[in-house]
Amino acid sequence: MTTAHAGSRPTRRRIPRLRGDARNLPVAIAFLLPATIGFGVFLVWPAARGIWLSFTDYSVFAPGQFVGLENYRRMVDDPVFWSAMNVTVQYVVINIGVQTVVALLLAVLMQRLTRSMWVRGIILSPYLVSNVVTAMVWLLLLDYQLGFVNELLHAIGLDRVLFWGDPDLVIPTIALVNVWRHLGYTALLIFAGLQTINPQLYEAAKVDGAGEWASFRRITLPLLRPYLAMVLIVTSIGSFQVFDTVSVATQGGPANASNVIQYYIYNVAFTRYDFGYASAMSVALLVVLSVITFAQYRMTRAGQSDVN
Amino acid sequence: MTTTSASPHARPAAGRLNSRRVRRPWVGRALGWVVMGLVLLVTLFPFYWMLRTALSSNAALATNPTSLLPVDASLNGFRRALGLTTRQESLEQGGFGATIDFWRYLSNSVVVATVVTVGQVFFSALAAYAFSRMRWPGRNAVFAVFLAGLMIPSIFTLLPNFVLIRDLGLLDTLPGIALPTMFMTPFAVFFLRQFFLGVPFEIEEAAMLDGASRMGTFFRILLPMAAPAVSTLAVLTYMTSWNDYLWPLLVSQSDRSRVLTLALGVFRSQAPAQAPDWSGLMAATLLAALPMLLLFAVFARRIVNSVGFTGIK
Repeated sequence: MTTAHAGSRPTRRRIPRLRGDARNLPVAIAFLLPATIGFGVFLVWPAARGIWLSFTDYSVFAPGQFVGLENYRRMVDDPVFWSAMNVTVQYVVINIGVQTVVALLLAVLMQRLTRSMWVRGIILSPYLVSNVVTAMVWLLLLDYQLGFVNELLHAIGLDRVLFWGDPDLVIPTIALVNVWRHLGYTALLIFAGLQTINPQLYEAAKVDGAGEWASFRRITLPLLRPYLAMVLIVTSIGSFQVFDTVSVATQGGPANASNVIQYYIYNVAFTRYDFGYASAMSVALLVVLSVITFAQYRMTRAGQSDVN
Repeated sequence: MTTTSASPHARPAAGRLNSRRVRRPWVGRALGWVVMGLVLLVTLFPFYWMLRTALSSNAALATNPTSLLPVDASLNGFRRALGLTTRQESLEQGGFGATIDFWRYLSNSVVVATVVTVGQVFFSALAAYAFSRMRWPGRNAVFAVFLAGLMIPSIFTLLPNFVLIRDLGLLDTLPGIALPTMFMTPFAVFFLRQFFLGVPFEIEEAAMLDGASRMGTFFRILLPMAAPAVSTLAVLTYMTSWNDYLWPLLVSQSDRSRVLTLALGVFRSQAPAQAPDWSGLMAATLLAALPMLLLFAVFARRIVNSVGFTGIK
């Protein structure tokens, strides 16, 4: 195919021919065909259909009628929707807040103390098991009667805690349980960011008499900022979609205290068969996620670190 | 190992003036290891607790909830989880007599995860090849569209995809579970394209001079040279698919297509709230987690090293 140009240097040729070679087109199409089918049928088309469904009263049993903004009007007036949003935001704040701070600490510790593959492997291991497995084991560990944690509290003279059943505690509990699963993953992401910082900067700071805390604040944090922003965006988008733990451990209870938005959407769609309304709430969630991504990107100036 | 930075202070001859500086890093490191040890303990303890509880008997658990070793050790928890006990036996052991078809769930999980992994990695690799190794008009525009797909959270396509799978008559089937992710994910295409770009062009061009076709170079040159990246992606895809819960929950309605994560959820929801069969539940949980832990044991280095890159996911 390209034999006619065999005389010229292959590496040079790439630049002037960037505009594309139409002869490659049929082969390129063949290579792209399966992925494009998947992309169109299971991603683009459903996304468009989801937006359309949010303007209809589609249920699983009957084809939907266009109802305009009716679903959105209902959403604004629905106290459970607002409660679910509220609960979800609380979850995300606790989950992401604790996870990011502890992961940052852990990443810095790893950088200082060890390159051991064992350590990195161990801290990543909870990430390998599913949310369902995570929920199951912590259901037992935090059980009121038999849970090891409550037995421990009891042994040191404290009251037992109803981790899964207290409306004020259930969201922090779920948030921290999921920190257990994602902590190592987040720490390794931040650790990868730390590797990009030139060690000579720390040497220089040390020579200048800077202490640990000073070099962390003046060197590590500013240089890590783009990484942290990326990590925050990725992890909070995941965090907003919390579902599995709630579904397995609490079913939204007690009394809607852990009824997060994704669980509410699921219930509206699959127990009330109100797909139109569920789709409208999905659109709302999508908007929230987009706004947060954009805001975090801007606020943390993700594109650049402070030092260049 | 990493003590080189401390070497200026390592000489005891530095004298009294420096003694504080000598001590501080040592104390700091010790403190650091204590924190690290604590994190490792909290990370590993739940895994151990699963095993310890699974090997215990329910009756003994109730009276001895803190014993670090299995109490009244037996394999009955595993036998119940694997569905090897009769209903009568199960009830006597503190189980709840539910019928469990473990091997079916396991095989369903294996089939779904395998089909998704092979399909997604292969088709994404083909697309990544077209995006990274070939020049054709409109390439960058098409790639930008694919990239934009990264912005759509999976949650948003869930309901419409359910409607689509239902319209296709594939509810409660394994293809219904596998279909949406077996062609591609924008992430997989992006991931592989990055690696393909790093493979030198020269070898491929030489092969094509010798008359190899595009397909030939793809299979015989590019895939082998990008094997580390491809296998990393395959492992990650397998894990994601294996651990997925919400999508199978929507599609699957009976044992016919029930995957392991789902079965575990059902197992749990059938357990009586008052006296759950913790031993059986933990045995099932451990069995469900085991394949991923084994996969991790084999590919640990590769998975750990991939995390920095996959952060974009």
